Amino acid sequence: MDLHTLPVYRLSELMARKEVSSEEITRAHLECINRTEDRVKAMVTVTAEAALDQARAVDDRRAAGEELSSLAGVPMAIIDNICTMGVKTTCASHMLYNFIPPYDAEVVSRLKDTGAILMGKCNMDEFSIGPADEERGPQAPASRSDGGAAAVAAGEAAFVLGADTEGSLRQSAARCGVIGLKPTYGRVSRYGLISYASSLDQIGPLVRDMQDLALVLNAICGHDARDSTAAAVKVPDYRKCLINDVRGLKVGLPLEYLAHVEPQSAAVVRQAADRLAELGAICREVSMPHTAYALPAHYIISAAEASSNLARYDGVRYGFRVDDEDVQGMFSKSRGRGFGRAVKTRIMLGTYVLSAANYDDYYVKALKTRTLVQQDFERVFEKCDCLLAPTGSGIACCDPAADLSATCDVAANLAGLPSLSLPFGLVDGLPVGLQFMARHFDEEVLLRVGYTWQENTKHKNKP
Amino acid sequence: MDRYEAVIGLEVHVELKTKTKLFCGCSTEFGQAPNTQVCPVCLGLPGSTGVLNKKAVELAARAGLALNCQINTDTWFDRKNYYYPDLPKGFQITQVFQPIAVQGYLDIKAEDRDKRVNINRVHIEEDPGKLVHASGSIMTSRASFVDYNRSGVPLVEIVSEPELRSGAEAKAYLEKLKAILEYTGVSDVKMEEGSLRCDANISVRPSGSAILGAKAEIKNMNSFRAVQRAIEYEVERQIEVLEEGDSVTQETRTWDESQGITMAMRSKEDVDYRCFIEQEIAPVELTADWVENMRATIPELPDARRRRLVDEHGLPDYDAGVITSSLSLAEFFEATLEKYEDAKKISNWIMGELLRLLNARGMELGESKVTPGGLASLLQLIDKGTISNKMGKKVFAVMFQEGREPQQIVKEKGLSQISDVDRLAEIIAEVIGKNPKPVADFQSGKEQAIGFLVGQVMKATKGQANPGAVNSMLRERLAK
Amino acid sequence: MQISGKDVGQLAFLSRLDLTADDLTICTKSLNEILGYLTVLEELDTGAVKPALHVRPIKNVLREDALQPGLEREQVLANGPEVEDGAFVVPRIV
Ligand SMILES: [Mg+2]
Ligand SMILES: [Zn+2]
Repeated sequence: MDLHTLPVYRLSELMARKEVSSEEITRAHLECINRTEDRVKAMVTVTAEAALDQARAVDDRRAAGEELSSLAGVPMAIIDNICTMGVKTTCASHMLYNFIPPYDAEVVSRLKDTGAILMGKCNMDEFSIGPADEERGPQAPASRSDGGAAAVAAGEAAFVLGADTEGSLRQSAARCGVIGLKPTYGRVSRYGLISYASSLDQIGPLVRDMQDLALVLNAICGHDARDSTAAAVKVPDYRKCLINDVRGLKVGLPLEYLAHVEPQSAAVVRQAADRLAELGAICREVSMPHTAYALPAHYIISAAEASSNLARYDGVRYGFRVDDEDVQGMFSKSRGRGFGRAVKTRIMLGTYVLSAANYDDYYVKALKTRTLVQQDFERVFEKCDCLLAPTGSGIACCDPAADLSATCDVAANLAGLPSLSLPFGLVDGLPVGLQFMARHFDEEVLLRVGYTWQENTKHKNKP
Repeated sequence: MDRYEAVIGLEVHVELKTKTKLFCGCSTEFGQAPNTQVCPVCLGLPGSTGVLNKKAVELAARAGLALNCQINTDTWFDRKNYYYPDLPKGFQITQVFQPIAVQGYLDIKAEDRDKRVNINRVHIEEDPGKLVHASGSIMTSRASFVDYNRSGVPLVEIVSEPELRSGAEAKAYLEKLKAILEYTGVSDVKMEEGSLRCDANISVRPSGSAILGAKAEIKNMNSFRAVQRAIEYEVERQIEVLEEGDSVTQETRTWDESQGITMAMRSKEDVDYRCFIEQEIAPVELTADWVENMRATIPELPDARRRRLVDEHGLPDYDAGVITSSLSLAEFFEATLEKYEDAKKISNWIMGELLRLLNARGMELGESKVTPGGLASLLQLIDKGTISNKMGKKVFAVMFQEGREPQQIVKEKGLSQISDVDRLAEIIAEVIGKNPKPVADFQSGKEQAIGFLVGQVMKATKGQANPGAVNSMLRERLAK
Repeated sequence: MQISGKDVGQLAFLSRLDLTADDLTICTKSLNEILGYLTVLEELDTGAVKPALHVRPIKNVLREDALQPGLEREQVLANGPEVEDGAFVVPRIV
């Protein structure tokens, strides 16, 4: 039995029936890491010993007859911009090469409470912004933007918590053929998520099965008294949302999204819509006229917030430092050498759009555009329960002009909406993702449509 | 001097009286060991997010209401971005665009004139940390040390319109502001602990001109007196610059208390703060109900109290002004008044003995041991003739120091006046016997001679006789 | 809208980023590409539109003024590049 390939809910069943132990499961995943990591480079830190200790502790509790959560004993990995107490958290940046948080992110402590096993930290773009410079120091890992999705796909962890600011979680899920959900802004606490762009960042799960998604959401969703943006909105039992039935569900196909992607991606979405219609969904085309402006607005807002959020990396309290006689010189040298070029460019763009001379033309303009994008969604959600669109490829993440498909992903961040990427299968040999978006806090409909899709297409779409 | 007019605006930072910081539950207690009141939020650790302290919002709104401001129903926080090692996040969370309160005013009296000073805004912000220098001196220390205990302490910044015209007006404004903030419980307003700090923006222009000159921002003034002196110095300095045909440089200057001068500082700030809305802290809607509830908790303010002390208790306006300049003094006065009815006598003792002792020892009223009940009892003892006024002052000093009841002090120290008429009569007889000349003088019409005889009796009784009683007994005896 | 290397130097100063000569060239090129792309927003009339101040309409998220445990001083200083006497050390500030 290849334990590292099984979904979370299966591992959970096997452990509950005492057919396998968490230690065996954890070892299977660690072996997978040993076997594949050289090639996959999905992890920046592996906490093998601690993972085995945790696994044995869970096994002991189970042996003692304790009632355990569905995630108890299940190997997980956490993206490296979510703080883990005592475990290095670097954002895949030289700037934080040695940073060991003295606290756990809220999501991490919730998952630890379930008994999930921390295997390590996943690779990512430097601060989620872009690839780290190649020539920089040995401490900086060779960043890989989709470490989390790759880890799940490869069987290095049964599930991963990632983060999504501009679609990266969904895009990487699509590229790796796994499921990724960006929940509603406010559904999951951001306490402990290292900010890139505060109004856009959201933590979300990467999993291999819709049932797993429900289990992880049950563990991480809900209000947090330490995060002002974590909403006090009731959290349903997401397992109950796994309904294999889309009859009567109104699914919108935004025309402007289809116009923004390669014809074959558009064709895939139409094909998926046809399949959903066969299953009883009511699919119709809708118009979202401001779609083309979502990406430039997102660029301005994310750069502005990043320039401010990344100001704290100054070499005084933590992280990389280059000494200088003058304190401002120390700041500039530390930051100049600690950040890669993609990050520096983004910071300077943010400084540019926020400076007094450009503020109205760029920053305020972007906020107004954000309003228009949000209104597009409000309008279509009067008629639709969810939207179906392609997931962007996200390949050319540093060159917006070259990757217009990113437009498909950033709008959900601008509006704070929940958005699910499902693997569609291979098209021309490349994995393709389907994206479903819903109203604020309506992850339920995404679980329903995602589960229906999974259960009715399983046999056909194995990559 | 009158050819020029000074234009002065004050920015006052006041620490709000909360137990915890603005966005985290760390203590705001003063004087703790460095970096012992710190958490991920106020240390600006990556990933930390804060939540706004409700008490801070209410105290800030209360300050706004007490300063006659309009409260903005929708208020929020912004980021002010700049790089400085005491600023742990690389930005300060403050209110730039929509401060909690705007357009208020404060009435002052300075140089015998009443004046209304308009207040531009009251906004909430977080304090940065503190730079410490090991050897105590910034010039000789090899490095600077950063302590984040203060980081995140809630402040309000109160910005006046540039309507002050002299150092004396500025001082009067600060004194009034301090009293209001103390009355409303907004702040401890202790300048020595940094819970009230003041920067002054100063420019001068030819009298009658409507154009503002280049201004200097003066920092590092550690007392109200220093603010006055710094302003007076700076105004003179700028006038001299203009007189010499030069122009004033727009800059930040620091007040050097020992030399009594202002000096240009090397600029450490970026000019463009790139302010934008803070996304990690929720905006605040101050509903009408909430505001009205807060308004209802605002106590009587200094001006109203002053008027009441004049109207209801017949206190001279000057006395009422001194007594109401501090909440604790006013409360002490009124508490005494509940037990003793002569308001003017109480105010004499407060303005005389009490303030004299406090000032001499540099103490706050709360640090002295004297109670309103104690003062009332003391005044009653004097009225009854148990002790003299002069004795009273001695007893008061003991009460101030030790806090005991005046009766007890009088008894213990044997200070009570000799009220035994027979004993007094004996002493008087003795004095008359020993001083034939003054007795003869008095009897021959020299009125002043009685004073000498009274003095002799007082001396013989070691001051424990009632001088009034001695005087009348002497006259009685000598008339025979 | 094109910005020059000198402009980028100023942005780098404001952002406290020491740039190498290579950095300056590459970043200037990237910034101009991005700014060029952003001009697409100019065609959008946003005159009467209200800016979205927050992603979702949240308000009055407040906490009581109650003490919460913070970090031990060792934890506070543990990541400090240079610490002494319970404090973080920085170059002397004149
Ligand atoms: Mg301020
Ligand atoms: Zn704190």
